[in-house]
Amino acid sequence: MVRVAGVVATLKRTPIYARHVELGARMVPFAGWEMPVQYEGVISEHRAVRTDCGAFDVSHMGELHVDGPTAPAFLQEMLSNDVDRIGDGEAQYTLLTNEQGGIVDDLILYRFAPGQYLLVVNASNRAAVYDWLKEREPRGCEVRHTSDDYGLVAVQGPRSLERLGLPDEPAFTHAMGEFDGIEVMIGRTGYTGEKGVELCCAVEDAADLWDAVLARGAAPCGLGARDTLRLEVCFPLHGSDITPETDAISAGLGWACALAKEFTGVDTLRRIREEGPARRLVAFVMEEKAIPRQGMSIEGGGEVTSGTHSPMLDRGIGMGYVPAGQAASKSELVIDVRGKPRRGRVVEKPIYRKET
Amino acid sequence: MPAAESYPDDLKYHAEHDWARIESDEATLGITWFAQDGLGELVHFEPPAVGAAVAKDEPYGEVESVKAVSDLVSPLSGEVLEVNEKTVDEPETVNADPYGEGWLIHIRMSDPSEADSLMDAAAYREHVAEQ
Repeated sequence: MVRVAGVVATLKRTPIYARHVELGARMVPFAGWEMPVQYEGVISEHRAVRTDCGAFDVSHMGELHVDGPTAPAFLQEMLSNDVDRIGDGEAQYTLLTNEQGGIVDDLILYRFAPGQYLLVVNASNRAAVYDWLKEREPRGCEVRHTSDDYGLVAVQGPRSLERLGLPDEPAFTHAMGEFDGIEVMIGRTGYTGEKGVELCCAVEDAADLWDAVLARGAAPCGLGARDTLRLEVCFPLHGSDITPETDAISAGLGWACALAKEFTGVDTLRRIREEGPARRLVAFVMEEKAIPRQGMSIEGGGEVTSGTHSPMLDRGIGMGYVPAGQAASKSELVIDVRGKPRRGRVVEKPIYRKET
Repeated sequence: MPAAESYPDDLKYHAEHDWARIESDEATLGITWFAQDGLGELVHFEPPAVGAAVAKDEPYGEVESVKAVSDLVSPLSGEVLEVNEKTVDEPETVNADPYGEGWLIHIRMSDPSEADSLMDAAAYREHVAEQ
């Protein structure tokens, strides 16, 4: 339990909690959940995912079902990406936007059948997303919050499919299947920049699924490695890099916005695209020994939104908003690292690219 | 490989989890097994300059893991004679050998009597047990 401003808040636990404790994970509060931040160590877990295979308990993430004949039109109006571009068995990265063009959440939309969708949303936003959609739900469409019914395990890395004995399928597809006797939805999705799957199962099967995945040789990985992995490939973290106050165009997520269709906040986004954003979310690599951290200021009016030590580059990396004039690749940035100016340089996204 | 938990008897300890190995009026400083375990694998050591003054109970540098930044608190006052360049280049040395190759700085003490206020290994083990 953690004490928050005098009240005792109970942290939620995923169905795999006991396994993390048995494995000796260091447990930390995250978005109201008691989650493993690391088992052996962030760097070794990170390397396992880049070179072999790692497993993450992401059961804290939220699941919402949106079903009904008016569901496609409703989601088309709520979400930034073009819902009509995905068919049955396909998935899409998309944004839930507000009237100002800000980002309520970023999520993955899965289509099962015409008018049958699943949204997998960030743990910290699952209540907000449900409330947002439920308030706007039209006749002929039902939004259901099913987060507590499912366990979710991400298995990521170049050897993940081989270790799980699963065939290679295109990214952003999904299918129902069975894994070691457990009924699962297999999504070819993830947030590490590596090949892999996300396995969604009934909550009561989640611990068995975790055991089965680990028995196949996946290394258990915590939120620490999840953060360094996603930052190396410049996947934004909602609440840090993107928020209800930041827009998709400035964040470099214009590719996930179908500006030709009508959706919440689209006029603002079209205007920002037209005029060019005043500031942009850039990726940078440190040129001096220093680790950028969220909230540090960047000379010229910018701010770091995510920063860490890159295990693959063995140096400080980050993302942050800078004035458009400083956003070009190779621009020098000076970051205030606790009072010391430290040089970094803007790089093309992603920061880390696998050698081919 | 991370080191096994230990608190050598020949060292003096500060409550902020720093150790000192005292030899006449000089001392070698580092962080304890407990400190490195709490931080996780170290990826950055920001040392003071050689010749800089350090003051007892005051920060003299920083160490960082992937997730956390921690001030290094000096257990003693004095002048920096040497910085361990091996831990600057390979901060993970601290995790592997916190009391040996993973030492951080070497100082000349300005007030050797300050050592009397530090804990011995037995007292520090009790201090850690209470954390």
